[in-house]
Formats: sequence, structure tokens, C-alpha cells
Amino acid sequence: MPAWVGRIARVREIPVAVAFVTLVAITAALNPRFLTPQSVKDLMLNATIIAILAAGQAMVIISRNVDLSVGSMLGISGFATGAIFAAFPEIPIFFVFLAGITVGAVLGAFNGLLVVTAKVPSLVITLGTLYVYRGINNAWAGGTEHFSGDRPKAFSALSVDTLFGLPIITLLAFAVIAVLALYLGKFRSGRDYYAIGSDPEAAMLFGIPVARRVFTAFVINGALAGLAGVLFASRFSSVGARTGTGFELDVIAAVVVGGVAIFGGSGTVIGAAIGAFLLTTITSALTAVRVDKFWQQAVVGILILSAIVIDRVSALRTARRLRMSQARAGETAAQGGSS
Amino acid sequence: MSVPTTDQRAPWRRLLSVVALGASATVVLAGCAGGTTEEADPAPADDAETSVTTEEFSITFIPKNLNNPYTTVTLQGGEEASAELGLVYNAVGALDAAADSQVPFIQTEVQNGTDIIVIAANDPNAVCSALEEARAGGAKIITFDSDAECRDLFVNQVDQTEVALGQLRQLFDQIGGTGEIAILSATANAPNQNSWIAAMRAEIESNPDYEWEIVAEVYGDDEDAKSFQEAQGLLQAYPDLKGIISPTTVGIAATARYLSQSVYKGQVALVGLGLPPQMKEFIKDGTVTAFALWDPSELAYLAAYAGQALAEGSITGVEGETFDAGKLGSYTIGANGTVIVGPLLEFNAGNIDDYDYISF
Amino acid sequence: MTTTNVASGIGKSRLWQRINLRDVAMLLALVVVIVLNSLARDNFATTTTVGFLLLDVIPIMMLALPMAFIIISAEIDLSVASMVGLSAATVGALVLREENMLVAAVVGVGVGTVAGAFNGFLVAYLGLPSLAATIGTLALYRGLALVVIGDVSVGSFPEEWTGFVQARLGATGVPIVTLAVLASIAIAIIILHFSSFGRGLYALGYSQEAARFVGVNVNQTKFWLFVASGFVAGLVGLYWALRYASARSDSASGLELTVIAAVLLGGVSIFGGRGSIPGVVIAVLLIATITYGFRLQRISDVVLVIITGALLIASVVAPSYFQRAREWWRGLNRHKNSLAS
Repeated sequence: MPAWVGRIARVREIPVAVAFVTLVAITAALNPRFLTPQSVKDLMLNATIIAILAAGQAMVIISRNVDLSVGSMLGISGFATGAIFAAFPEIPIFFVFLAGITVGAVLGAFNGLLVVTAKVPSLVITLGTLYVYRGINNAWAGGTEHFSGDRPKAFSALSVDTLFGLPIITLLAFAVIAVLALYLGKFRSGRDYYAIGSDPEAAMLFGIPVARRVFTAFVINGALAGLAGVLFASRFSSVGARTGTGFELDVIAAVVVGGVAIFGGSGTVIGAAIGAFLLTTITSALTAVRVDKFWQQAVVGILILSAIVIDRVSALRTARRLRMSQARAGETAAQGGSS
Repeated sequence: MSVPTTDQRAPWRRLLSVVALGASATVVLAGCAGGTTEEADPAPADDAETSVTTEEFSITFIPKNLNNPYTTVTLQGGEEASAELGLVYNAVGALDAAADSQVPFIQTEVQNGTDIIVIAANDPNAVCSALEEARAGGAKIITFDSDAECRDLFVNQVDQTEVALGQLRQLFDQIGGTGEIAILSATANAPNQNSWIAAMRAEIESNPDYEWEIVAEVYGDDEDAKSFQEAQGLLQAYPDLKGIISPTTVGIAATARYLSQSVYKGQVALVGLGLPPQMKEFIKDGTVTAFALWDPSELAYLAAYAGQALAEGSITGVEGETFDAGKLGSYTIGANGTVIVGPLLEFNAGNIDDYDYISF
Repeated sequence: MTTTNVASGIGKSRLWQRINLRDVAMLLALVVVIVLNSLARDNFATTTTVGFLLLDVIPIMMLALPMAFIIISAEIDLSVASMVGLSAATVGALVLREENMLVAAVVGVGVGTVAGAFNGFLVAYLGLPSLAATIGTLALYRGLALVVIGDVSVGSFPEEWTGFVQARLGATGVPIVTLAVLASIAIAIIILHFSSFGRGLYALGYSQEAARFVGVNVNQTKFWLFVASGFVAGLVGLYWALRYASARSDSASGLELTVIAAVLLGGVSIFGGRGSIPGVVIAVLLIATITYGFRLQRISDVVLVIITGALLIASVVAPSYFQRAREWWRGLNRHKNSLAS
């Protein structure tokens, strides 16, 4: 089964990777300034936060769940970052990262606990926590916003300075995504998620600790949302009660565009990350090519739909190829047996 | 294959259903029977002048949305004035600034018989039908910050044209009168921004000193991340851009943040309306030379005094009338029921440190 | 656990068989909320409240009906709010171009219906998963609304139309348009609970293959469900534009999650195959009443948001815990009985 899964996963990433490269190529052809060092840096930075969120969400969706509360979790973590720096200006940056990730992990754990113990659909639970966490964010922040001037220069510099040509926070995102992809692809316990997403009952019968895995997925997703919140505070000017509102649908769109099946069981974290890059780049590309501002959102919608259709077509084709090859294998086995 | 049913509990369930239906029916009937018509008590305008004791009027502020610093500062002024005047003060609002979000809150004020409603309209049309109901019940309506038609007075921080001209002046001081410029606004249908931008365009047309070419007008939707990305897009799409005007505090901060981290810092001038505590770091690091705003608390402070004057009948909203506005002095109503609070406040390196009082 | 779903699902689409403990509990909760609010504030139990509350609740109530159908058949439509916005924007754009109001209204509703049909085509005939497809159309339709109406807010609707939408029925305070809503609810109940089409939806929600087996035309059914969703969204868009006298590209932005939350609160299972219209209606009224009551007492929306979320979570978690508690209790009894015998 492992090699089988691997091959499918690779096939699913190709459409979105090709789309991404095509988009960049066409846009650069129409406007060469799209690929100046500043622009490339901007593209990478833009995609970083959504890519991290998409990676975590991919893990949740692969296990046949969904987490709609990521935007609210990011908001709480982002505001917490701002609040911590405002209260303790000398605090080491590492501690703030730790705090943000922990906050996110706790919120994710609450989601996971409810989904796993109450055995209720994650869409419902996380829709509820979307509201509850947003309410908590508002209750805590009120009308206060924390501005980037109150955060250490070194912290903000993480979103500006580069290492090996890549912005630091993007390197961080790549590292996180790589670790997650490795875990899901190469480790036995990671591949369990695909089994759970394909057929939860069979997975349970097979001996996979479904509850523990699903709970872990939500905790990791929450931790990544927390990390994304800290990075948001590093990159943007202000964090407050409204931070992160509406991110959830963008993240799910990125994951879906990246080839992760919404019903679980297939797709990869890398694909989701590419999907995130694709979606954030589309917006910048449309502006760079001077598409009428009133048409930009409609074009994004068309592109999301195209990505889903292409993904569906390629998945169907793969399934058909598999069925045919399995049928052929069955025939040859039968022939071999009967001769 | 018979379908198993849970009939053991069916009798109990049916009994409970009957009880529930009966309770609902009782509530509905009680509502119909005891329902009164209007309960909004009208402000006793006729008697106020002759009576010796002043009525304690109620005032409710409905800002665009509650959870942002600008609103917090604004309401401080309103609360201060209400305390000075002895008004019963309330502030309500939604957590988002959608066109329809304020209507339920206006309805509440109608029902609670509030005497003075001070509102910053998210949409000039959507709020009117509810506001008209409030007026029919005797309430006085004052708009501030963002106008609608169905009101007795509009308290405007700075004259519309002056807001536009001030920003253009600041831009002219930095880059001269020629070059490509762009505008980064809030949402596509934001009434204040649209009226300021219209005034800017008119001024650029008519003023011979201003020969800029406005190459783009983009919308950041008052969201940090979106405004940030729109600013990036502007600089990519228009390599010869010399200046950006952003008449929205979220937009200017996001643009400043982008510029200060990028190669464009110092090469592209940025002006607009910004919050001093938020913009301070950009003045200090040289990204922004000057920006403008006003003291939001003065808006609500003035509105409260105007509301008191309206409610007690000493003014009716006609041009030329004057009223007392506490620590701000005396004010005269201008054309179209508008009261201008004061001049544009301009901030630069010289005075940015003085403005920490607008603190959050 | 799926087997108990089957037992309580199949063959039970008759209305009275579907009124279960959950709906009754919700109805009692609604009554309690009304009573508490009336005690807390003497201007709550008035005709004014009834009028305002019903005007506020109509969009969600109307959208919840086709949404319930769609979720029961194990799909979802996240694009409803964008379809409302697109319809409202179309109506506004036409009015702006001096079109006859009736024409604008018909075209607006038509646009909504076409949008729903496109959703139906994507899900039923292209076989795209509805969650993903409707996220795409959510963005597309919202974008088209911007294309159609641009950056203006249209408010110049004829008085007869805006007045009619807000007009009340005599002294009861009930808006006249409520009658249309009641009719829609009645139609929805008849279709879902008293027709074979409705029974087919439950079958579809339980298992697509099983539904095909019993003769349900899966593709056609799904297609028409999404068309219905679009049609209702078109009507709501028209209502929205008239009621607020404001048509904008962002009209009704974000409404889809509120509608889905209300439908889920009403007992419709996100897995499909379970739920009833009365449950959904009660849930919508419950949320609306809580919201109205809070706002009347000027309780902050922050509290409201948290309570709405908590209510949604509790509504699914509590029955599950009760179920397990009951099974544990029954397991104990059975054990006792087997020991005794």
C-alpha cells in the first residue's frame, strides 16, 4: 500500500505545481517586474502564513476532518504576541514563539478533544469554536490593537531579513512543512492518517489508534495556527480583535486547490503548500498584470474552480488506470493460475 | 425487514411535545393579547424650555464597529461629554462594519426610546429606514464621521474638501506637482473615502499646480494583510510610482509597513490619514514624512453636546444656529446641517511625540 | 453508530415520526428564552419586537430551508451568501440604469437561480465535491457581484417596493412578507416529509448507492436542490436590497456560516440523512430570539458570539454524551438482568 499511496500523491501534486509555474511564467512575461528580487521576496512572504496554515489543515483534512476555527486561533495567537511584547518588551523572542505555539496547540487540543470524545463531525465543532474563539479574541482585545512599533525590531526583522536568499519566516515555514510532509509520508504513524481518511472503520479494525491520531492532527493544526499568528504579528502592522477573520475559507481553498481530497485519504502537505503559494500569487499576479480591480475576485474564483476540476479529472483518470491495471493483474494471475 | 422503532419512549415523547406546543401557544397568545403598539417615549421637547428641572436624556453612540482603536478613542470623548451633561450614556455596535450590521442596534434604540442617537453610518442607505422610525418616535439623530441623509445634524471632523486638500498639500511638499500617484482606499463603497477621493480628483483637475496622474485606485478593505498586498501590487504594476495616498488608517499603516521593509523605502512618498501611535515608528524610521488626522474624541464630544441641544430644543439643525460645546467652545451649524469640528491635524517628525494622548 | 442512524432514518420521514426529543427540547428552550426576555425587559413582548425580529430573521429562515435539504442529502452549499449578494447587486445595478423595478426584480431572482444551477451542474454532473466547489463559487459569485455593481451602494428603489417589504399586518406588528415565508416553510415541510422526493433525499443522504437502488435519480435530484438554493438566494437578495434600501457588492457577506450554524443547530446531521424542517425553523427562531434579546438589553455582541458558538457545540455534543450515558446505563441493566436470571 505505501508505494501505491506515494504514486497517487505525486500525481496529485503535479497539476497544482504546473499551474503555479505557468502562472508565474505568464505573469513575468507580461510584466517583468514580477520577478525582481523584491517581488519574489514579497511573493514568498505573502504565501508563508497561509502555507503554514494550509499544511496543518491538510493533515486534518487528510484524516477526513476539517478545522474551520484556524482564523480565530490565528487571531488569538497574534494578539497574544502583541500583548506579550507590549507587557514585556525585553522578553526573548523565542519565548514568544513558544507562547504563541502553545496557545494555538491548546485551542487545537480543545477542538480535537471534542471531535474525538464526543464523536461528532468536526465541521460542526470547529464552526462552533470559530465563533467561540473569535468571541474570546474580542473579549480580550476589545478596541485595543498592538502596533509593530511596540514589538522589538529584531522580531519584525524576521519578516524582512533573508538567509540564503529566502526570508527567515519563509525558511521557517519550509522547515515546518518539510517535517510535516516527512512525517505523513515516511513514518508509519504518519501514514495512518491516510488510512483513517480513506476508511475510518477499517483503520480501527486494522489497529490504528484513530482517536489519538485525530487528536494529534488537531493539536498540530492548532500549534501551526499559533505559529502563523506569531508570524502575522512579525509581518504586519497591527494585531487586534479582527485579526485572522475569514482566513479559514482561504486556507481550505488553498488546500483543495493543492490536490488534497476534501473527503480525506489522499493529497499531500506539499501539495497544500503549493496550493497556498498558487492562491496568494494569483492575487499579486492579477495586480501586476493590471487586471481590472473589479474583476480580480471573480478571476480568483474561476481559478479555484478550475483547479478543483483539473484535480478531479486527474484523480478520476488515475483511479481508472489503477482499476484497469488491477484488473489486468487479476487476469494475468488467473491465467497464470489456470495454465 | 422491519425497521426497529423506539416505541417504548414514544408516549413520553408525545406528552412532552404536547406540553411544548401548549407552552408555545400560550406564549404566542399572550403576546398577541398583551401586545402594545409604540412604547418609545418621545423626548419632551415642548416642555423642556419651560420646566425648571432638566430632563435626563438618553444618548446612544453607534460607531461603525466596536473593536478598533479609533472607535475606542472616539467613544471616550462621547462618554466624557455625556458625563458633563448628565446624559444617560450607552455605546452599542457590531463586531463587523457591514452595511446591515447597525440596523438591529438602531431598532433596539427605537424600542428603548432613546432620545439621542449618534451614529457613524456604515452605509448611507441601509440605516435610514430604521433611523426614520427612531425620528418618528421623537429621537434626535446625529451622524458623525460618516453621513447619511436621514439625520438632524452631521458632525464632521474636518471639512470634506479640507481633508482631501490637506493630504494633497502634504504630497506636493514631498514630491512636487508631477508624477504618477496611486490611491489605496478602504472598501470599494466606503462613503467617507469615496467623497474625499472625489474631492481630491476634483482638486487635481482644477488646480494648475497639481499635475499628478492617478494611475490606480485600489481597495484594501480596511484589512491589514489585504492592504499590505495591494500596496505591493501597486509598486509592481507601476514602476514609476512616486506617491501613494491612503485616506484610511489601516491602509496607510499597512503601506508604510511594506515600504519600510522594502527597497522602495524613501523612494515613494506616502501620505494619508493615520493613527499617531501606529504611525510613529514609520515617522521615526523615515518611511513617512507627514500624515494627517484629527482627534476622534472631539467628534463624539461635540456630537453629545449637539445632541443635548437638539433634544432640549435650543436648536433644530438649521444653518446658522449656534450651540455650546463645553470645552470646545461654541459652534455654528453650517450648510446642510453640518457642523465642522476643526482643522486637519498634521503630524510629522516635529510633533509626533506630542500626540501620545491619543493612546490606546 | 451508523446502524442506529439507519434505524432512526429510513422509513421515518413522516413529519410526526421525526419530531424527536431534540426538537422538543429546542422548542422548550425557545419558550424559556422568550419568557426570560419578557421578564427581563418589558418592551420585549411587544408587537414592535415581533416586527423587527421577523424582518431580521427572514433571510436566514428562507436560506435555511434549501440548505437543510442540501445538507440532508449529504452535500453543502457555501455559496449562498454570495448568491444573495450577486442577486442584490444585479437588482441594484439594473435600478441604477433606470430599469423598471419589476424587470430588475425578476432578473435578480433569475441570476440567483442560474448561479444555483451552475452549482448544481458542478456538483451533480461534474461530480465535484460540494464543499470544494461551493468555496470556489463563493469567491466567483462575490467577485461577479463586484463586477456587476462596482463600488456604489444603490438605494434608489421605488417607495412602493421598499414600503411593502416593511409593511406590517394591521396591529399585530407581523410583517406582511412573513406570510410568504410561512408558505415557504409549509412547502418545504410538504416536500421533505410528505413526498417521495423528500424520502429520496434522506436515502441520498444515507447512501448514494442505496438511493440509486431505490430509484432516486441522484444527479437530477442534486441538481434541482442547488437550483432551489439559488432561487431562494435570489429572492433573499431582492428582499435584502429592498429591506435595507441598499444594494452593494458585499451585501450579506458572511451569511453562509450563520445559515449553516442554524441548520446544524436544528438537528440536521452534517453526515446527511437526518433532520427535519420544524427543527430547523425552531433553531433559526431560537438564535434570532437570543440575538434580539441580548441586543435589546444592550448586552455586548461578544457574549452573543460566544454563546452562539457554545450552543452549536453543545447541540451536537450533548446528545452524543446522553446517548453514550444511556447505552452505558442500559449496559448496566442488561448485565444486572443477566446476573439475576
